[in-house]
Amino acid sequence: MFREEVKTIGGLRLHVIPTKKYKTNTLVLKMKAPLCEQDVTMRALVPYVLQNATERHPSMKALRTYLDELYGATLQVDLAKKGENHIITIRMDVANEKFLGDTSPLLRKALTLFSDMLFRPLTEQGGFSVTIVEQEKRALKQKIQSLFDDKMRYAQHRLIEEMYKGSPYALDVHGKLNDIDTIDAKRLYKHYEHMLKHDEIDLYIVGDVMLADVEHDVAERFSLEARPLRSTETTTLTKRTNVQEVIEKQDVKQGKLHLGYRTNTTYNDPDYDALQVWNGIFGGFAHSKLFMNVREKASLAYYAASRIESHQGMMMVMAGIEPSNYERALEIIHAQEEAMRNGQFSDQEIIQTKAVIRNQLLETVDTARGMIEVSYHNVIATRQRPLNEWLEGIEKVTREDVVRVGKKIELDTIYFLTEKEGEKK
Amino acid sequence: MKVIRYDQLQEQLFYERLNNGLDVYILPKKEFNKAYATFTTKYGSVDNCFTPYGKTTMKQVPDGIAHFLEHKLFEKEDGDVFQTFSKQGASANAFTSFTRTAYLFSSTTNVEKNLETLLDFVQEPYFTEQTVEKEKGIIAQEIRMYDDNPDWRLYFGAIESMYHNHPVKIDIAGTVESISHITKDLLYECYETFYHPSNMLLFVTGPVDPLTTLEQIRANQTKKTFRSPTEIERFQYEEPPHVARKKHVIEMNVQTPKCLVGIKAKHVYAKREEKLKHECAMGLLLDHLFGKSSPHYERLYQQGLIDETFMVDYTEESDFGFGLIGGDTSQPDQLAEEIQRILVQFSDIDEEQVERMKRKKIGSFLRSLNSLEYIANQFTRYAFDEMSLFDVVRTLQSLTSDDIKAVARECFMAEQFAVCQVVPKR
Repeated sequence: MFREEVKTIGGLRLHVIPTKKYKTNTLVLKMKAPLCEQDVTMRALVPYVLQNATERHPSMKALRTYLDELYGATLQVDLAKKGENHIITIRMDVANEKFLGDTSPLLRKALTLFSDMLFRPLTEQGGFSVTIVEQEKRALKQKIQSLFDDKMRYAQHRLIEEMYKGSPYALDVHGKLNDIDTIDAKRLYKHYEHMLKHDEIDLYIVGDVMLADVEHDVAERFSLEARPLRSTETTTLTKRTNVQEVIEKQDVKQGKLHLGYRTNTTYNDPDYDALQVWNGIFGGFAHSKLFMNVREKASLAYYAASRIESHQGMMMVMAGIEPSNYERALEIIHAQEEAMRNGQFSDQEIIQTKAVIRNQLLETVDTARGMIEVSYHNVIATRQRPLNEWLEGIEKVTREDVVRVGKKIELDTIYFLTEKEGEKK
Repeated sequence: MKVIRYDQLQEQLFYERLNNGLDVYILPKKEFNKAYATFTTKYGSVDNCFTPYGKTTMKQVPDGIAHFLEHKLFEKEDGDVFQTFSKQGASANAFTSFTRTAYLFSSTTNVEKNLETLLDFVQEPYFTEQTVEKEKGIIAQEIRMYDDNPDWRLYFGAIESMYHNHPVKIDIAGTVESISHITKDLLYECYETFYHPSNMLLFVTGPVDPLTTLEQIRANQTKKTFRSPTEIERFQYEEPPHVARKKHVIEMNVQTPKCLVGIKAKHVYAKREEKLKHECAMGLLLDHLFGKSSPHYERLYQQGLIDETFMVDYTEESDFGFGLIGGDTSQPDQLAEEIQRILVQFSDIDEEQVERMKRKKIGSFLRSLNSLEYIANQFTRYAFDEMSLFDVVRTLQSLTSDDIKAVARECFMAEQFAVCQVVPKR
């Protein structure tokens, strides 16, 4: 388990998670806003522009050299969606000097750099540096295009796009290719200012530190106006009369079968724990029905699994199969769904699944990133649920709970990426 | 039992070689919830020609057999070992690399039971013709998955280009064709040869008590009988120092081209001190030249030749070593030229730059120690080559600019470079 100290400083929520597990300290900033078409491409650019240069370290080389001097501190940004929220994550990780025989206060220096990056980026004539923005626009285009090259990610993206057509959740977190050229350094800077005013901003510090040690340093460096909390409503999908089937043909050797389900249950719901157990018995693990039946018994696939998107109310099944085995694989997957719906799972499967979920959660909080993700669920869901309550909730799930939550699960879309005809071996 | 203390890192490592030859290492990490254990044999995809136990002549086995064996070890007469582990709240897995096959679990409860399961399932093979046939379909899909993965094809294409004969150039999983020749008898033959405790290492880390854990392992091993250890004879491939082909282009169903430049180590050091030093020096130099703080990175990024997928990596194992540099690029030919030019034109690094890179490397070494997986896996890798993971910092600290210039003189010349590209199909 872990302890978390939270303090609101103006428009910033500071979370400190003291732990002696690590030899480094981790700083993670999360910026959250509703996922929407007109902002998403700008939001995808801003963090990449910020991590290039600051007033004090005005080039990539200068900034990265400084990171090297801080014993190879790392700096990364990434983008995610949780439900219909767009989340920007900026991560910095810096060695704890006590393992170095060095007395330099590395965490404080890292905090300074972090705040420079956020509040004092390199600017010119009321905008970001044009060179940097143009360079990052080019990199973003390449990133969006490269999604096509990773067939597993591509299939997942396509499934969501088809399933959530017309709703914000269908958007790629990296934005829209066609919008990139409409953005310039000034417009992007305006949007960045807007984000600093309106985004929900959380800063996590994980390491051998206490809130009292860093509170002052953070308050000094991060001045953000207080802002009202925004809660995002998730669009509920209307039930389809028929399951949607999308077949896409490309030059591929393996077929990627992805199925999307509406679970009608999210992290906010009391039966979310039961949904986790349902998913675990069905396809979450190597002991689950999908793995045992699609892979072990029928040897149709190397991977066959399911997973849930906690905040969207979605479940996804994925399997990589021989293109000619489409019908057979679907039949086996449907049979497992049917078995789940009819309560055809043993008490042993329930116990086993609970044990593995518990283990997974406890392992998750062995990493700094995992502790932050567990805590951030509560930011997204606006429901405070410490890990011990989550673990207890899983323990309390009964067979009836699992069957009940399963009744709400509906298959929405089947997406299959398969080989082009006439290319059969 | 031996205790090795690393004061600066605040770690203690417990070690014992058991009577059957098994090396056991325990690194207590009491702050963690989970325990993590790996049981590894020094047997990987490169061991495709050897003298089987009890035989007198060398034998060539089908490509991909080490990986196939890894899959099959999980299946027992009474079912799948994954089931046993999950009943005990553990998550189990395995992987096969060029030189190792590792079986592992992590768990936050029942650590003792899980450790027992790990030791027992790896030491009790159960292969039948029927289960072997069934596995072929599963592994064929694993191979197909990699066939469609441009990064994997690029990676192996680069290695394939560097090596004439060395089996490191063969895909770890083999091919759908090569695995079709695998039989239960062949699996037993490989198993008997390579899974003797004297060819294996057990690493346990997490909130465990080193003395009781060691006692448990000892008791488990004493219950079982093993033949006496024998020296394993592996075929020594004749490998010319220079690369096999300069350039290889793979056409695939992609939108963004990819390019990697491989650097083949001319000489792989057998002696452990030298080997670790060589690996550290090369790693440091490549980072100096191509890391994000280098002037080259900044220039290539500004010219639009690279993006965030750009990476640099160097590995050295048993008798091969290579570096890889590259990533996604709109201009694969221009990037290949630029990278090779930077390598060839390198002439000097000053002490201040060396010091900064050392700091960076030491900091990232500390960061990697946050991960129990990293510690267990990398410790084993180094130990199989008679090196110690915990000597990395000392070795880094000892490097001078002359050491670094020496590796450049040895490897940075045209005949050591191979280019591999993935480009969109026309």
